[in-house]
Amino acid sequence: MNVYDVVAAVVDPELRVVTIADLGILRDVTVDGERVTVTITPTYSGCPAMDVIRADIRQALRSAGYADPEIVTTLRPAWSTDWITDDGRSKLAAAGIAPPGPSRGPIALTLGVRCPRCGSPNTEELSRFGSTACKALWRCRACAEPFDHVKAY
Amino acid sequence: MDYVLGLGDDALVAAQRLAQWCARAPELEEDVALANIALDQLGAARLLLTYAGELEGAGRDEDALAYLRGDREYRNCLLVELPEPDFAVTMAKLLFLSAYQKLRYEWLAAAGDERLSAVADKARKESAYHLDHASLWTVRLGDGTPESHRRMQDAVDRLWPYTHELFEGDHAALRPQWLSLVTAVLDEATLTRPADGGWAPGGGRQGLHTEHLSYLLAELQVLHRAHPGARW
Repeated sequence: MNVYDVVAAVVDPELRVVTIADLGILRDVTVDGERVTVTITPTYSGCPAMDVIRADIRQALRSAGYADPEIVTTLRPAWSTDWITDDGRSKLAAAGIAPPGPSRGPIALTLGVRCPRCGSPNTEELSRFGSTACKALWRCRACAEPFDHVKAY
Repeated sequence: MDYVLGLGDDALVAAQRLAQWCARAPELEEDVALANIALDQLGAARLLLTYAGELEGAGRDEDALAYLRGDREYRNCLLVELPEPDFAVTMAKLLFLSAYQKLRYEWLAAAGDERLSAVADKARKESAYHLDHASLWTVRLGDGTPESHRRMQDAVDRLWPYTHELFEGDHAALRPQWLSLVTAVLDEATLTRPADGGWAPGGGRQGLHTEHLSYLLAELQVLHRAHPGARW
Protein backbone atom coordinates (compact mmCIF):
# COMPACT_ATOMS: atom_id res chain seq x y z
CA MET A 1 0.00 0.00 0.00
CA ASN A 2 1.46 3.42 -0.83
CA VAL A 3 1.78 6.11 1.82
CA TYR A 4 -1.23 8.11 0.69
CA ASP A 5 -3.49 5.05 0.89
CA VAL A 6 -2.24 4.28 4.41
CA VAL A 7 -3.24 7.75 5.64
CA ALA A 8 -6.41 7.90 3.55
CA ALA A 9 -7.67 4.71 5.20
CA VAL A 10 -7.69 6.28 8.70
CA VAL A 11 -11.24 6.24 10.02
CA ASP A 12 -12.86 9.38 11.44
CA PRO A 13 -13.17 8.86 15.21
CA GLU A 14 -16.64 10.42 15.47
CA LEU A 15 -18.16 9.18 12.21
CA ARG A 16 -16.68 5.68 12.25
CA VAL A 17 -18.15 4.69 8.87
CA VAL A 18 -16.12 7.15 6.81
CA THR A 19 -12.39 7.74 6.41
CA ILE A 20 -10.66 11.10 6.75
CA ALA A 21 -10.27 11.09 2.95
CA ASP A 22 -14.03 10.49 2.46
CA LEU A 23 -14.73 13.45 4.76
CA GLY A 24 -12.37 15.73 2.86
CA ILE A 25 -10.27 16.62 5.90
CA LEU A 26 -7.14 14.95 4.48
CA ARG A 27 -5.56 17.54 2.23
CA ASP A 28 -2.11 16.29 1.31
CA VAL A 29 0.49 13.58 1.89
CA THR A 30 4.07 14.16 0.75
CA VAL A 31 7.10 11.91 1.09
CA ASP A 32 10.64 13.25 1.19
CA GLY A 33 12.96 10.28 1.66
CA GLU A 34 11.86 8.71 4.96
CA ARG A 35 10.00 11.83 6.05
CA VAL A 36 6.23 11.89 5.59
CA THR A 37 4.26 15.12 5.90
CA VAL A 38 0.49 14.93 6.24
CA THR A 39 -1.74 18.00 5.92
CA ILE A 40 -5.20 17.94 7.47
CA THR A 41 -7.90 20.54 8.09
CA PRO A 42 -10.54 20.73 10.85
CA THR A 43 -14.25 20.52 10.09
CA TYR A 44 -15.24 23.00 12.83
CA SER A 45 -12.79 25.36 14.61
CA GLY A 46 -13.30 23.53 17.87
CA CYS A 47 -13.54 19.97 16.55
CA PRO A 48 -12.40 17.89 19.53
CA ALA A 49 -11.52 14.91 17.33
CA MET A 50 -8.43 16.54 15.82
CA ASP A 51 -6.04 15.22 18.47
CA VAL A 52 -7.35 11.67 18.04
CA ILE A 53 -7.09 11.98 14.25
CA ARG A 54 -3.45 13.07 14.56
CA ALA A 55 -2.72 10.14 16.88
CA ASP A 56 -4.48 7.69 14.53
CA ILE A 57 -2.50 8.95 11.53
CA ARG A 58 0.75 8.52 13.48
CA GLN A 59 -0.26 5.02 14.48
CA ALA A 60 -1.22 4.00 10.94
CA LEU A 61 2.03 5.32 9.50
CA ARG A 62 4.11 3.70 12.23
CA SER A 63 2.48 0.34 11.48
CA ALA A 64 3.38 0.83 7.82
CA GLY A 65 7.00 1.54 8.71
CA TYR A 66 7.06 5.34 8.66
CA ALA A 67 8.24 6.70 11.98
CA ASP A 68 7.70 10.25 13.21
CA PRO A 69 5.60 11.84 10.46
CA GLU A 70 4.98 15.56 10.49
CA ILE A 71 1.30 16.47 10.72
CA VAL A 72 0.40 19.96 9.64
CA THR A 73 -2.99 21.59 10.20
CA THR A 74 -4.20 24.08 7.61
CA LEU A 75 -7.33 26.26 7.68
CA ARG A 76 -7.23 27.17 4.00
CA PRO A 77 -9.17 26.45 1.92
CA ALA A 78 -11.77 26.20 4.65
CA TRP A 79 -13.55 22.86 4.94
CA SER A 80 -17.22 22.71 4.09
CA THR A 81 -19.54 19.75 3.69
CA ASP A 82 -19.01 20.07 -0.08
CA TRP A 83 -15.62 18.40 0.56
CA ILE A 84 -17.32 15.13 1.52
CA THR A 85 -16.89 12.71 -1.39
CA ASP A 86 -19.78 10.92 -3.10
CA ASP A 87 -18.44 7.69 -1.69
CA GLY A 88 -18.45 9.27 1.79
CA ARG A 89 -22.05 10.40 1.35
CA SER A 90 -23.18 6.89 0.39
CA LYS A 91 -21.37 5.40 3.40
CA LEU A 92 -23.01 7.92 5.76
CA ALA A 93 -26.46 7.22 4.34
CA ALA A 94 -25.90 3.46 4.56
CA ALA A 95 -25.07 3.91 8.27
CA GLY A 96 -28.31 5.82 8.95
CA ILE A 97 -26.73 9.28 8.98
CA ALA A 98 -28.35 11.66 6.49
CA PRO A 99 -25.61 13.29 4.39
CA PRO A 100 -25.59 17.09 3.95
CA GLY A 101 -27.05 18.97 1.03
CA PRO A 102 -24.98 21.54 -0.87
CA SER A 103 -23.70 24.37 1.35
CA ARG A 104 -23.64 27.08 -1.32
CA GLY A 105 -25.14 30.44 -0.48
CA PRO A 106 -24.75 32.63 2.59
CA ILE A 107 -26.81 30.34 4.78
CA ALA A 108 -26.97 26.68 3.94
CA LEU A 109 -30.41 25.28 3.22
CA THR A 110 -31.45 22.45 5.47
CA LEU A 111 -34.72 21.80 3.66
CA GLY A 112 -35.39 18.49 2.00
CA VAL A 113 -33.49 16.09 4.25
CA ARG A 114 -34.43 12.51 3.37
CA CYS A 115 -34.80 9.84 6.02
CA PRO A 116 -31.76 7.56 5.69
CA ARG A 117 -33.90 4.57 6.79
CA CYS A 118 -36.99 4.73 4.59
CA GLY A 119 -36.08 7.49 2.14
CA SER A 120 -39.11 9.64 2.97
CA PRO A 121 -38.67 13.39 2.48
CA ASN A 122 -41.26 13.94 5.22
CA THR A 123 -38.79 14.75 8.01
CA GLU A 124 -38.40 17.40 10.70
CA GLU A 125 -35.58 18.94 12.67
CA LEU A 126 -35.65 18.08 16.39
CA SER A 127 -32.54 19.94 17.41
CA ARG A 128 -30.14 22.14 15.46
CA PHE A 129 -27.25 20.69 17.44
CA GLY A 130 -26.50 16.98 17.71
CA SER A 131 -24.06 14.53 19.26
CA THR A 132 -21.06 16.10 17.51
CA ALA A 133 -20.30 19.59 16.17
CA CYS A 134 -21.05 18.53 12.59
CA LYS A 135 -24.48 16.94 13.15
CA ALA A 136 -28.08 17.94 13.88
CA LEU A 137 -30.85 15.70 15.19
CA TRP A 138 -33.79 14.95 12.88
CA ARG A 139 -36.84 12.69 12.89
CA CYS A 140 -38.73 10.99 10.09
CA ARG A 141 -42.48 11.63 10.17
CA ALA A 142 -43.12 8.61 7.93
CA CYS A 143 -41.29 5.85 9.84
CA ALA A 144 -40.94 7.81 13.14
CA GLU A 145 -37.22 7.01 13.32
CA PRO A 146 -34.91 9.71 14.76
CA PHE A 147 -31.63 10.09 12.87
CA ASP A 148 -28.44 12.18 12.71
CA HIS A 149 -28.00 14.60 9.84
CA VAL A 150 -24.61 16.02 8.87
CA LYS A 151 -25.62 19.68 8.63
CA ALA A 152 -24.77 21.55 5.46
CA TYR A 153 -21.91 23.88 6.37
CA MET B 1 -1.41 41.74 19.61
CA ASP B 2 -4.08 43.45 21.72
CA TYR B 3 -6.41 43.35 18.74
CA VAL B 4 -6.07 39.58 18.34
CA LEU B 5 -6.26 39.09 22.12
CA GLY B 6 -9.54 41.03 22.18
CA LEU B 7 -11.06 38.66 19.64
CA GLY B 8 -9.67 35.58 21.36
CA ASP B 9 -10.69 36.69 24.86
CA ASP B 10 -14.25 37.45 23.67
CA ALA B 11 -14.49 33.88 22.41
CA LEU B 12 -12.82 32.31 25.47
CA VAL B 13 -14.94 34.14 28.05
CA ALA B 14 -18.12 33.52 26.03
CA ALA B 15 -17.25 29.79 25.91
CA GLN B 16 -16.78 29.67 29.68
CA ARG B 17 -20.12 31.41 30.34
CA LEU B 18 -21.99 29.14 27.91
CA ALA B 19 -20.41 26.04 29.42
CA GLN B 20 -21.87 27.05 32.77
CA TRP B 21 -25.29 26.07 31.38
CA CYS B 22 -24.14 22.50 30.89
CA ALA B 23 -26.65 20.21 32.65
CA ARG B 24 -28.79 23.24 33.65
CA ALA B 25 -30.41 24.35 30.39
CA PRO B 26 -34.22 24.36 30.11
CA GLU B 27 -34.23 21.24 27.94
CA LEU B 28 -31.78 18.52 26.92
CA GLU B 29 -31.47 19.71 23.32
CA GLU B 30 -30.55 23.18 24.59
CA ASP B 31 -27.91 21.70 26.84
CA VAL B 32 -26.32 20.10 23.80
CA ALA B 33 -26.76 23.28 21.73
CA LEU B 34 -25.09 25.60 24.24
CA ALA B 35 -22.22 23.16 24.77
CA ASN B 36 -21.77 22.96 20.99
CA ILE B 37 -21.69 26.74 20.67
CA ALA B 38 -19.23 26.93 23.57
CA LEU B 39 -17.03 24.43 21.73
CA ASP B 40 -17.06 26.55 18.56
CA GLN B 41 -16.10 29.60 20.64
CA LEU B 42 -13.34 27.68 22.38
CA GLY B 43 -11.99 26.46 19.03
CA ALA B 44 -11.78 30.02 17.71
CA ALA B 45 -10.26 31.18 21.02
CA ARG B 46 -7.49 28.58 20.81
CA LEU B 47 -6.53 29.59 17.27
CA LEU B 48 -6.61 33.29 18.16
CA LEU B 49 -4.69 33.02 21.44
CA THR B 50 -2.03 30.86 19.77
CA TYR B 51 -1.62 33.56 17.14
CA ALA B 52 -1.57 36.35 19.75
CA GLY B 53 1.22 34.50 21.59
CA GLU B 54 3.25 34.23 18.39
CA LEU B 55 2.75 37.93 17.65
CA GLU B 56 3.98 38.78 21.14
CA GLY B 57 7.07 36.65 20.59
CA ALA B 58 7.66 35.99 24.30
CA GLY B 59 7.06 32.26 24.12
CA ARG B 60 3.54 32.29 25.59
CA ASP B 61 1.23 29.65 24.12
CA GLU B 62 -2.57 29.40 24.26
CA ASP B 63 -2.48 27.84 27.74
CA ALA B 64 -0.16 30.49 29.17
CA LEU B 65 -2.46 33.21 27.85
CA ALA B 66 -5.69 31.57 28.99
CA TYR B 67 -4.59 30.34 32.41
CA LEU B 68 -1.87 32.68 33.57
CA ARG B 69 -3.17 36.16 32.92
CA GLY B 70 -5.01 38.22 35.51
CA ASP B 71 -8.22 40.13 34.81
CA ARG B 72 -6.33 43.36 34.02
CA GLU B 73 -4.56 41.55 31.19
CA TYR B 74 -7.77 40.29 29.56
CA ARG B 75 -8.98 42.28 26.55
CA ASN B 76 -12.53 40.94 26.13
CA CYS B 77 -15.55 43.22 25.90
CA LEU B 78 -17.63 43.57 29.08
CA LEU B 79 -20.70 42.01 27.44
CA VAL B 80 -19.29 38.47 27.46
CA GLU B 81 -18.22 38.48 31.12
CA LEU B 82 -21.58 39.58 32.56
CA PRO B 83 -23.31 36.89 34.61
CA GLU B 84 -26.29 35.02 33.18
CA PRO B 85 -28.86 34.66 35.94
CA ASP B 86 -31.67 34.00 33.45
CA PHE B 87 -31.84 32.00 30.20
CA ALA B 88 -33.25 35.10 28.49
CA VAL B 89 -30.02 36.96 29.35
CA THR B 90 -28.00 34.17 27.74
CA MET B 91 -30.05 34.40 24.56
CA ALA B 92 -29.94 38.21 24.37
CA LYS B 93 -26.17 38.05 24.88
CA LEU B 94 -25.78 35.36 22.23
CA LEU B 95 -27.89 37.39 19.81
CA PHE B 96 -25.80 40.55 20.31
CA LEU B 97 -22.48 38.71 20.39
CA SER B 98 -23.01 36.38 17.42
CA ALA B 99 -24.32 39.19 15.19
CA TYR B 100 -21.20 41.17 16.11
CA GLN B 101 -18.81 38.23 15.69
CA LYS B 102 -20.36 37.33 12.33
CA LEU B 103 -19.84 40.85 10.98
CA ARG B 104 -16.37 41.17 12.43
CA TYR B 105 -15.23 37.76 11.15
CA GLU B 106 -16.67 38.50 7.71
CA TRP B 107 -14.73 41.74 7.69
CA LEU B 108 -11.53 40.01 8.82
CA ALA B 109 -11.95 37.16 6.33
CA ALA B 110 -11.63 39.73 3.56
CA ALA B 111 -8.92 41.80 5.28
CA GLY B 112 -5.15 41.72 4.76
CA ASP B 113 -3.80 39.51 7.56
CA GLU B 114 -3.59 36.02 6.04
CA ARG B 115 -3.56 34.17 9.36
CA LEU B 116 -6.50 36.09 10.87
CA SER B 117 -8.37 35.85 7.62
CA ALA B 118 -8.11 32.03 7.62
CA VAL B 119 -9.38 31.80 11.22
CA ALA B 120 -12.20 34.25 10.50
CA ASP B 121 -13.22 32.45 7.32
CA LYS B 122 -14.04 29.34 9.38
CA ALA B 123 -15.48 31.16 12.38
CA ARG B 124 -17.88 33.34 10.39
CA LYS B 125 -19.95 30.34 9.33
CA GLU B 126 -20.12 29.14 12.93
CA SER B 127 -21.19 32.61 14.10
CA ALA B 128 -23.94 32.69 11.47
CA TYR B 129 -25.28 29.42 12.88
CA HIS B 130 -25.13 30.79 16.46
CA LEU B 131 -26.98 33.88 15.31
CA ASP B 132 -29.71 31.72 13.78
CA HIS B 133 -30.07 29.83 17.02
CA ALA B 134 -30.20 32.96 19.20
CA SER B 135 -32.71 34.54 16.80
CA LEU B 136 -35.07 31.56 17.03
CA TRP B 137 -35.02 31.68 20.84
CA THR B 138 -35.38 35.47 20.98
CA VAL B 139 -38.50 35.26 18.83
CA ARG B 140 -39.84 32.26 20.76
CA LEU B 141 -39.42 34.02 24.12
CA GLY B 142 -40.22 37.58 23.01
CA ASP B 143 -43.34 36.56 21.11
CA GLY B 144 -44.26 33.96 23.72
CA THR B 145 -46.12 34.28 27.01
CA PRO B 146 -46.40 37.58 28.94
CA GLU B 147 -43.79 36.23 31.38
CA SER B 148 -41.27 35.16 28.71
CA HIS B 149 -41.82 38.47 26.89
CA ARG B 150 -41.18 40.46 30.07
CA ARG B 151 -37.98 38.57 30.84
CA MET B 152 -36.65 38.76 27.27
CA GLN B 153 -37.33 42.51 27.11
CA ASP B 154 -35.67 42.95 30.50
CA ALA B 155 -32.58 41.07 29.26
CA VAL B 156 -32.38 43.19 26.09
CA ASP B 157 -32.73 46.41 28.10
CA ARG B 158 -30.07 45.41 30.61
CA LEU B 159 -27.48 44.34 28.06
CA TRP B 160 -28.06 47.06 25.45
CA PRO B 161 -25.66 49.63 27.03
CA TYR B 162 -22.82 47.09 26.78
CA THR B 163 -23.21 46.73 23.01
CA HIS B 164 -21.66 50.15 22.36
CA GLU B 165 -18.25 48.92 23.46
CA LEU B 166 -18.22 46.37 20.61
CA PHE B 167 -17.93 49.14 18.04
CA GLU B 168 -15.27 51.29 19.65
CA GLY B 169 -12.51 52.63 17.43
CA ASP B 170 -11.99 51.01 14.06
CA HIS B 171 -15.22 49.10 14.03
CA ALA B 172 -17.72 51.95 14.39
CA ALA B 173 -18.70 51.36 10.75
CA LEU B 174 -20.04 47.89 11.60
CA ARG B 175 -22.70 49.16 14.02
CA PRO B 176 -25.31 50.15 11.41
CA GLN B 177 -25.11 46.64 9.90
CA TRP B 178 -25.29 45.13 13.38
CA LEU B 179 -28.32 47.24 14.20
CA SER B 180 -30.14 46.07 11.11
CA LEU B 181 -29.43 42.39 11.93
CA VAL B 182 -30.52 42.75 15.55
CA THR B 183 -33.48 45.07 14.96
CA ALA B 184 -35.05 42.64 12.48
CA VAL B 185 -34.99 39.92 15.15
CA LEU B 186 -36.27 42.18 17.94
CA ASP B 187 -39.13 43.37 15.70
CA GLU B 188 -40.18 39.84 14.88
CA ALA B 189 -39.99 39.01 18.58
CA THR B 190 -42.33 41.95 19.37
CA LEU B 191 -39.59 43.44 21.54
CA THR B 192 -38.74 47.12 21.80
CA ARG B 193 -35.27 48.15 20.73
CA PRO B 194 -33.79 50.34 23.49
CA ALA B 195 -32.90 53.91 22.58
CA ASP B 196 -29.26 54.79 21.94
CA GLY B 197 -27.51 57.71 23.59
CA GLY B 198 -27.68 56.54 27.19
CA TRP B 199 -25.12 54.92 29.45
CA ALA B 200 -22.35 53.24 27.47
CA PRO B 201 -19.91 51.40 29.74
CA GLY B 202 -16.54 50.35 28.30
CA GLY B 203 -12.95 49.64 29.29
CA GLY B 204 -12.78 45.91 28.62
CA ARG B 205 -10.41 46.34 25.68
CA GLN B 206 -8.07 48.26 27.99
CA GLY B 207 -8.25 45.63 30.74
CA LEU B 208 -10.73 47.46 32.98
CA HIS B 209 -13.36 44.86 33.78
CA THR B 210 -16.35 44.28 36.01
CA GLU B 211 -15.83 42.18 39.13
CA HIS B 212 -17.62 39.31 37.37
CA LEU B 213 -14.57 38.52 35.24
CA SER B 214 -12.45 37.83 38.34
CA TYR B 215 -14.88 35.17 39.56
CA LEU B 216 -15.10 33.65 36.10
CA LEU B 217 -11.31 33.49 35.79
CA ALA B 218 -10.97 32.00 39.27
CA GLU B 219 -13.07 29.05 38.09
CA LEU B 220 -11.41 28.86 34.67
CA GLN B 221 -7.86 28.98 36.07
CA VAL B 222 -8.03 27.20 39.41
CA LEU B 223 -6.67 23.86 38.22
CA HIS B 224 -3.80 25.31 36.24
CA ARG B 225 -2.85 27.65 39.07
CA ALA B 226 -2.87 24.82 41.61
CA HIS B 227 -0.99 22.44 39.31
CA PRO B 228 1.12 24.56 36.93
CA GLY B 229 1.66 22.87 33.58
CA ALA B 230 -1.09 20.28 34.20
CA ARG B 231 -2.13 18.43 31.04
CA TRP B 232 -4.87 16.00 30.15
